[in-house]
Amino acid sequence: MKLDLKKLKLRQVNEQLQSLDRKINDRNFTIINPEGNHAVCAGLNEELNINIKGHVGYYCAGMNQNANITIEGNVGTGVAENMMSGKVHVKGNASQSAGATAHGGLLIIDGDASSRCGISMKGADIVVKGSVGHMSGFMSQAGNLVVCGDAGEALGDSLYETNIYIKGKVKSLGADCIEKKMDKKHIKKLSLLLQQANIKNQKAENFKRYGSAKKLYNFKIDNISNY
Amino acid sequence: MCGIVGIYLKTKKFEKNLGKMLSGMLNNMESRGPDSAGFAIYKNSDKKEYKYSLCINNLDFSKFKKDILKKINNLKLNQYSDHVIVKTTEIPKKFIKFINIEFPEVSIVGYGHSIEIFKQVGNPKDVVKKFNLESFSGTHGIGHTRMATESAITTDGSHPYSTGEDECLVHNGSLSNHNNLRRELRKKGNAFTSENDTEVAAGYVSNSLSNNNSLKDTLVSGLKDLDGFYTFIAGTRKGFAVVRDEIACKPAVIAETKNYVAIASEFQAMAHLPDVNNAKIFEPEPGIVYSWGN
Repeated sequence: MKLDLKKLKLRQVNEQLQSLDRKINDRNFTIINPEGNHAVCAGLNEELNINIKGHVGYYCAGMNQNANITIEGNVGTGVAENMMSGKVHVKGNASQSAGATAHGGLLIIDGDASSRCGISMKGADIVVKGSVGHMSGFMSQAGNLVVCGDAGEALGDSLYETNIYIKGKVKSLGADCIEKKMDKKHIKKLSLLLQQANIKNQKAENFKRYGSAKKLYNFKIDNISNY
Repeated sequence: MCGIVGIYLKTKKFEKNLGKMLSGMLNNMESRGPDSAGFAIYKNSDKKEYKYSLCINNLDFSKFKKDILKKINNLKLNQYSDHVIVKTTEIPKKFIKFINIEFPEVSIVGYGHSIEIFKQVGNPKDVVKKFNLESFSGTHGIGHTRMATESAITTDGSHPYSTGEDECLVHNGSLSNHNNLRRELRKKGNAFTSENDTEVAAGYVSNSLSNNNSLKDTLVSGLKDLDGFYTFIAGTRKGFAVVRDEIACKPAVIAETKNYVAIASEFQAMAHLPDVNNAKIFEPEPGIVYSWGN
């Protein structure tokens, strides 16, 4: 089914997709003329396939559950923020805070993501085929952030249990973020994520893993300058 | 929150449509700034003649026209609602002093050989309509929609700010060291008409340009001297430049085609521009100055 955002209001489109009749078998939708609108496909909770043709604004696919959403364009701030499950695939570039606080699901970005990618993520997997900006993975708690390009300043600042895998250069590491050994289980997990993102020209063994030094987990007066 | 927009034409193709393109951009940024709006349009014009953009506030235009022509007769006046563009060969030093003394209720919004500036309180859509922006042609333009945070909703508090010949600046963000900087710039001879932080940034740019620094170098040194959050678009006769502070909380997106460069706080501001879906679209990186035409 084709939904035209030039003819329909954003709220009409989102309501239709949020309150889908479960008896309907047609689960494939195409959204045309998104024209940078905010909150396109926010709050979906059914298994749907949605193709958005064009650039979208802020919080696209926010809070997503189950839906498989592809954006054939660029996305604004906070794509797939607080995603719980499902898959969001951005074919262009993403603005800041991509996948912020996401609990689950897979976010794939074919281009670059700007600053704060995966900020405070809580269990989602994010795969960026390009590079990410400064403060990416800030305070991230669980899940995996994979970057095939480079990372900006203060990568993984104050992070908890998230694994960050970077292929290219890291401009600088944030407080309490260190390079860690790649064990077999990490290579296995990363290989699976690369496969899910359909990346064939990269080998998991060539990535470096970054994680928490766990020195800031509990307050210690000696670390005061790092807080 | 505020909305900033700018468009620079690389070819002559869209010169007649500049006003139309810019008005669409401002209208689409209403959600970011419903309190006031303004824009600066640059067009090639007579090098001997100056254009003064005046806001006559509550004065009656025909009375103002009669009174001013009595004192200086080589003037051409064009009225756009409560703004008047005065064309004359009178030099700025003399003419600005003349206006300030003879017509204290009139504010000088900007002046130069190329620039025309309009700004007023109210919803951007109404402001754009009131000044008939759609009818303007030109080479480049800059606009702003304001959600007031640190100073009052007045014409003087509206953007763009012009503090030098053919110069203007729009700002999304807030500066934290503007009071100190204003004091320093006043000592150096800059005049300020409001308590607004952006006017200080505009004054900073004017001061640096008057010391023969390039616009690019000026904005690079601004990264050290201006403390706060910002995305700036600074315009000159030749073009404009864009810079975001290094934390980069304030958004900006650029779309570049072979005919134009457009910049806006959000992509939706430029979704109506011709061929935008085939444009090169990118975010300006934090702390990097991008400039066109300068």
